[in-house]
Amino acid sequence: MAKPSFQVARLPGFSTVAMLAFLALYIPILTLVVYSFNSEISMGEWGGFSWKWYEKAWANEAVKDATLRSLNIAAFAAVISTALATMAALGTTRRRVFKGQTFIYVMINQPLMVPEIVTAVALMILFGLIKTVTGVHGLGYLILAHSAFCIPFAYLPIRARLEGMDLTLETAASDLYASPWATFRRVTLPLLMPGVIAGMMLAFVVSLDDVVITEFVKSAGQDTLPTYMLGQMRRQLTPEINAISTGLLFITVAMLTAFFLLTRKQD
Amino acid sequence: MTTQNAIEARNVVKAFGQGDTAVRALDDVSVEIRQGEFFTLLGPSGCGKTTLLRLIAGFEMPTDGVILLEGQDITYLPPNKRPVNTVFQSYALFPHLTVAQNISFGLEMLGKPRGEIKQTTERMLALVKLEEMASRKTSQLSGGQQQRVALARALAPQPKVLLLDEPLSALDLKLRQAMQIELKRLQTETGITFVFVTHDQEEALTMSDRIGVMSAGKLQQVGSAKDIYTRPVNRFVASFIGETNFLQAQAQGNKARLSSGDVVDLDAAATGAVTLTIRPEQIRLADPADADALPATVTNLVYFGTDTHVHLALADSTEVVVRQQSPSTGDSGVVMGQKVGLRFAPGAAQVVGD
Ligand SMILES: Nc1ncnc2c1ncn2[C@@H]1O[C@H](COP(=O)(O)OP(=O)(O)OP(=O)(O)O)[C@@H](O)[C@H]1O
Ligand SMILES: [Mg+2]
Repeated sequence: MAKPSFQVARLPGFSTVAMLAFLALYIPILTLVVYSFNSEISMGEWGGFSWKWYEKAWANEAVKDATLRSLNIAAFAAVISTALATMAALGTTRRRVFKGQTFIYVMINQPLMVPEIVTAVALMILFGLIKTVTGVHGLGYLILAHSAFCIPFAYLPIRARLEGMDLTLETAASDLYASPWATFRRVTLPLLMPGVIAGMMLAFVVSLDDVVITEFVKSAGQDTLPTYMLGQMRRQLTPEINAISTGLLFITVAMLTAFFLLTRKQD
Repeated sequence: MTTQNAIEARNVVKAFGQGDTAVRALDDVSVEIRQGEFFTLLGPSGCGKTTLLRLIAGFEMPTDGVILLEGQDITYLPPNKRPVNTVFQSYALFPHLTVAQNISFGLEMLGKPRGEIKQTTERMLALVKLEEMASRKTSQLSGGQQQRVALARALAPQPKVLLLDEPLSALDLKLRQAMQIELKRLQTETGITFVFVTHDQEEALTMSDRIGVMSAGKLQQVGSAKDIYTRPVNRFVASFIGETNFLQAQAQGNKARLSSGDVVDLDAAATGAVTLTIRPEQIRLADPADADALPATVTNLVYFGTDTHVHLALADSTEVVVRQQSPSTGDSGVVMGQKVGLRFAPGAAQVVGD
């Protein structure tokens, strides 16, 4: 046996600290989920299990409207940002190391680093300008904004997948009479697919959850689910919000589980 | 049918990098590879074997020179337009495709009709004895099986030339020997020209019709295994293939006087200072009283199982190694310090360049 190396897990109190951290992470969420089933309106008392708030939320036209808009934006943003991120990943990995490579990485991942509120304000000003000049309104602005900040989330898993890919596979395809396009379609893309799908799902979830940028960019009547909830909570706190949140949580967890299953080391 | 060369490289240079830091991976290489032969490129690591193969496959363009395929200039043709296929050292099988799909890939890309693709794929599966594995994913195969899929995949489109870059180096000894026989069988059966890369001289000697020995980006000698072994052109070739003794001598016609003062026969006339190479198995131990034998003293005995290497010193203490078959019983008949005579087989002493 080798000399025992330093292990954090062996420190006294490690498991206590870990447990506390997990509690801090999950107790709020657990509370939320539990209270979404509370038949009482007040958070103070437990009136027994009930689907009441889910039914109420389901019947609420405004919630339905916001949900559809959210899904709509997220779907478009996920597809657009994934397409762009795939191209960016191919452009940054399928070549020799070049000057300014790090700079390009930083540029692509800019939305991760610039404070969201700054981007939000900037977009609001720019889009406001475009709207007054062209007179064009619509959901396009939100989709565009979401597509932009989703790119790094889609880019990272795709790039990771590409970097782990054996370049000789593409050489082998070209050796076997595949044109560059056929090589991409028959070899590169299928091998990249798990990364692409993972990137798309991550982008979808990120878009679905966004508040700050949406709040600034949206026009009147363009509420997404999170901004609708924010607006509701300014007025009054009802367990209906808990129910909606739990629903959102459920979608996100499902997507992220699929994401981890896809990015898990395969073949 | 003309006796055209399958591949011809003319004055091929390949430099990587620019200016002072440039590496000349290939330095003026010219070679003719005949139709239907098993040609091996042999040389130490980094001598440019893979580079030459990649130029023939089209993965890389030469800095200078021309490459011909059956007399046609293919120097700048992209790899997908060359009727040449490669078996990669890492196999490079497509992990998202089954064994059969891997094998039919090239045929599909060539746009062959469905029926033909199916037929050829089945024939290839049979050729490499993998019929049962047709619908498996390649990751579920053993190393030797993957190797055979790679072979079948490269052979399926019936290329004019098959390139193999150290295809056996990842296999263990037993499997490697079995695959050597299998490769040779496949080459004979298909009649396709094989260009095989290895740094294993034994592999090269046993499998090839002809061998090209490379060193430092240059082709040193091309010839049959026997040619190269018995008539190496220079010190590098003589020492890279098999073991040998180098002796300094002064040549005069068909005689050469060694630095020890002894005179040996040459089968080709030479003059002046020369280097002689003599294989250890071409020397026999003889009675020291024999007038024609070179006097020597035994300095060491190394036992190798079937063979024993006898290390000797000539009169001026030049070292010579003799290989003897180990006798089945008892000792080899010589002991350390013993005085013996050495006799060279006719034609054993070869003059080599530097
Ligand atoms: N892409 C490249 N860029 C720079 N130098 C290279 C490149 N490819 C090969 N070389 C250099 O060219 C020389 C020959 O390389 P090559 O791969 O042909 O050797 P090899 O004979 O196949 O060796 P091995 O037996 O180790 O595979 C080496 O010095 C290598 O470092
Ligand atoms: Mg090599």
